[in-house]
Amino acid sequence: MEKRVFFKGWWLPALLVAPQLLISFVFFFYPSGQAIWNSLFLPDPFGLKTEFVGLDNFRFLLSDPYYLASFKTTVIFSTAVSVSSMALGLYLAALADRLIKGAGVYQTLLIWPYAIAPAIAGVLWLFMFNGNIGLASYYLKALGYEWNHTLKGDQAMFLVILASSWGRISYNFLFFLAGLQAIPKSIIEAAAIDGASFWKRFGTIVIPLLSPITFFLLVVNIVYAFFDTFGVIHTITSGGPEQSTTILVYKVFSDGFVSQDLGSSAAQSVILLVLVGILTVIQFKYIERKVHY
Amino acid sequence: MKHLKAIIASIALFVMFAGTTVQAKVEIQWWHAFGGRLGELLDEQVNKFNASQNKYTVVHTRKGNYSETLNAGIAAFRAGQHPNILMVFEVGTASLMAAKGAYVPMYQLMKDAGQSFNPKGFVSAVSGYYTTTDGKMLSMPYNSSTPVLWVNKDLMKKAGLDPEMDLSTWKRVGNALDAAKAKGIDMPFCTCWHSWVHLENFSAYHNIPFATKANGFAGLDTELSFNSPVHIKHIQTLGKWAQEGKFKYMGRRNEAGKNFRAGECMLMTESSAGYAGIKKEAKFEFGIRHLPYYGGTEAPQNTIIGGSSLWALSGKSKEENKATAAFLAFLSKTDIQAKWHQDTGYLGVTTAAAKKTKSSGFYKANPGTDLAGIQMMRNKVTQNSKGLRLGSFDQIRGIIDEEMEGVYNGSKTAQVALDNAVRRGNVLLRRFERANK
Repeated sequence: MEKRVFFKGWWLPALLVAPQLLISFVFFFYPSGQAIWNSLFLPDPFGLKTEFVGLDNFRFLLSDPYYLASFKTTVIFSTAVSVSSMALGLYLAALADRLIKGAGVYQTLLIWPYAIAPAIAGVLWLFMFNGNIGLASYYLKALGYEWNHTLKGDQAMFLVILASSWGRISYNFLFFLAGLQAIPKSIIEAAAIDGASFWKRFGTIVIPLLSPITFFLLVVNIVYAFFDTFGVIHTITSGGPEQSTTILVYKVFSDGFVSQDLGSSAAQSVILLVLVGILTVIQFKYIERKVHY
Repeated sequence: MKHLKAIIASIALFVMFAGTTVQAKVEIQWWHAFGGRLGELLDEQVNKFNASQNKYTVVHTRKGNYSETLNAGIAAFRAGQHPNILMVFEVGTASLMAAKGAYVPMYQLMKDAGQSFNPKGFVSAVSGYYTTTDGKMLSMPYNSSTPVLWVNKDLMKKAGLDPEMDLSTWKRVGNALDAAKAKGIDMPFCTCWHSWVHLENFSAYHNIPFATKANGFAGLDTELSFNSPVHIKHIQTLGKWAQEGKFKYMGRRNEAGKNFRAGECMLMTESSAGYAGIKKEAKFEFGIRHLPYYGGTEAPQNTIIGGSSLWALSGKSKEENKATAAFLAFLSKTDIQAKWHQDTGYLGVTTAAAKKTKSSGFYKANPGTDLAGIQMMRNKVTQNSKGLRLGSFDQIRGIIDEEMEGVYNGSKTAQVALDNAVRRGNVLLRRFERANK
C-alpha cells in the first residue's frame, strides 16, 4: 500500500513546496509566458519598435513548407537517436553485466563519452568525416564511397544522428546496467535451472523487469533528442544541406539568434511547448500502462 | 627587504601616475570578428592609435564570426550594454540602416566631433555600399574584398594546359575543366561563398539586377530577381559541372580554401582576401585572375564588395563619440589603409592608399594583387553594380545556399532552385519591410 502522510496546518507544506514553485515560476512559467506574449508581435531586431500582429507569426510559419518539413526531420532524428542509443546501451549493458574480470575498467570506458559536451562531440565527429582532412571520409573514399555531408542530406542526417547518439549510449548504458544488476539473480538462476535459454530469460524476465527504466530512458532520450542535440547540429551541419538536418529546436535558434526574427522564433517556441506537452501526456497515458513497477 | 620597499614604492608611483592618466582618458569599446592573423593586425592598429595620442583609449574585443558579432551587438543594444563601435559585415548593412536610432550616422558623428573627414576619399564602389541614396555616409568601410579566380599553376601544367592561358570567360574555364578532368585531376574547380560569388557578384559583373529597386538601395519594397536566364544558365552550368565531378562543393563559407591551399583544387573562386592564407600556405605556384564572365552579355561591368564596415552605435556620451570619431578618422589615414591592404589582400578602400601602394612597387613585386582593385573600379558603377541593400539578407543567403545545394546534388534544376529561392526570399523581404516601416 502507498504511504500517505498528512500535515497539520498549511504553512509547513506550503514552505516545503515553495522552493520548487519558485523555481518553476522563474525557469518555466515566466519564460513560457514571455514566449507566448512575444509570439504575438513583430519586433525589429534592435527592439526600437514593435507591432502587434496577432496570430500572423503562426500563419507565417504554418505556410512555410520548410517549417512543416522540419517536423518530419525532427521525428526521424529523435526516433533514430533514441532507438539506436537505447538499443546499443542495452546491448553493451547486457554484455558488461556478464563480465567477470575487469568489469570496472569496461564500465568506466563505456561511460566516458557521456562526459563530453555535445558541441565538442559534434566537432570530433566533424573532424573524422571532414571532406578535407577527415580520416573516415578518407577511408570511405578509398573504398569507393563518395562522402560529402555538406551536399548530401542523408549523409548529413546520418552524421548528426551518429554524433548525437554516441554520447547518449553511455548514459543509457549506465541506467540499463544499474537496472540489470538490480534484477535478483535468483529469478534468472531459477529460470536457467528450468531450462530457459539466454534469449528466453532475456525476453521474458529481463526486459519486463527493465521496463520502468526503459520507459524513463525513452522519455529522457526523446527530450534530449528534441532539445539538447542543438550543439551537435550547430557544429556539424548548421541545419543544412537544404535544411535536411534542421530540427524544430534548431530552427528556433537560427530564426531567433541568427536571423533576429524574434517574433517567429517565439511562435516556434510556443508550438514546441505545446508539442512536447502532448507528447508527454501520450507517453504517460499510453506507454506507462505497459510498464511493470 | 630593501628590494621589497623599492618594489612597493615603484608600484605605488606607477599606480599614481597610471591612475591620473587613465582617469583623464576616455575609453571606448570596439567589438569585432577578427581572430588569427587578421586579429593581430587589428590589434596593431588599435595599439598604434592608443600610442599616438593621450586623450582616448580604444579597447577591442572579438565576439566570434561576423554573424555572431552582429548578434552580440544587437543583443547588447537591447540590454543597453552595447559597445561604441560595432563591426558589421556587408550582409547586415540593411538591417543596421533600417534601425534608425540605433546608430549615429558617420557624417553626423564626424561633424559633431569636428573631425575633418572626407567621404570622397573612399573608393566609391566601396563607400557606395554604406552611403544613403542621397549621399550620406552612414558607416565607415573597414575591410572590403571582391571575388577573383585563383589558379594553381602546377595543376594546370599537370592537366596539360598553359598556366597562362586565357580564363576570362566561363566557357574557357569550362574547357580547362574538361581537360583537367580528362587528365584525372580530382578537383578541377571549387568555390568559396557561392551565393556571394556566383549570384551577387555575378549579377553586378553582368550588369543585371539581383533585386529590383536598384538592388534594394531605392526602397524596402524591393523584390529579388536573380532568376533571370543568365543567372539560370550559370547555376545550371555549375550544377552540370558538379554532376560531372568537375566542381566539388565543399561548403557555404570558405571551406574550399583549405583544398586550394593544400594543392588539391585547380581553379577556385574566392575573395581577394584569400591572399594572406594562400601566400603563406601554398606549396605551389599560384596566380590571380579576374572573375570569369559570359560573352555576349554586358560583362565585365564591375564586381561588388564583401567585408565589413564600422558603425558608431547610439546612446553614448558626447566625449565618447568624439573618441570614436577620432579613432575612425585615424583608421582611414593613408598609411594605415595602405598597410592593411598590403598585409591582408583586402582592397585599399581609400584612393590615396591604393595610389601609395602602387607607387611603392608592391603590385609589381606581388603580381595579381592589384586585380581586385581594377575589377571593382573598371567601369562607372551602375544601379546593378553598386552593391546590395536587402533586409534579413543573412537569412536569405541561407535560403540561396540551400536551394543551390539542391542544384549541385542533382535534385533540382537551376530554374526550380532559383525560382524557389526568389519566392522564399521575397517572403522574408516583405516581413522585413513590415517590421521596419
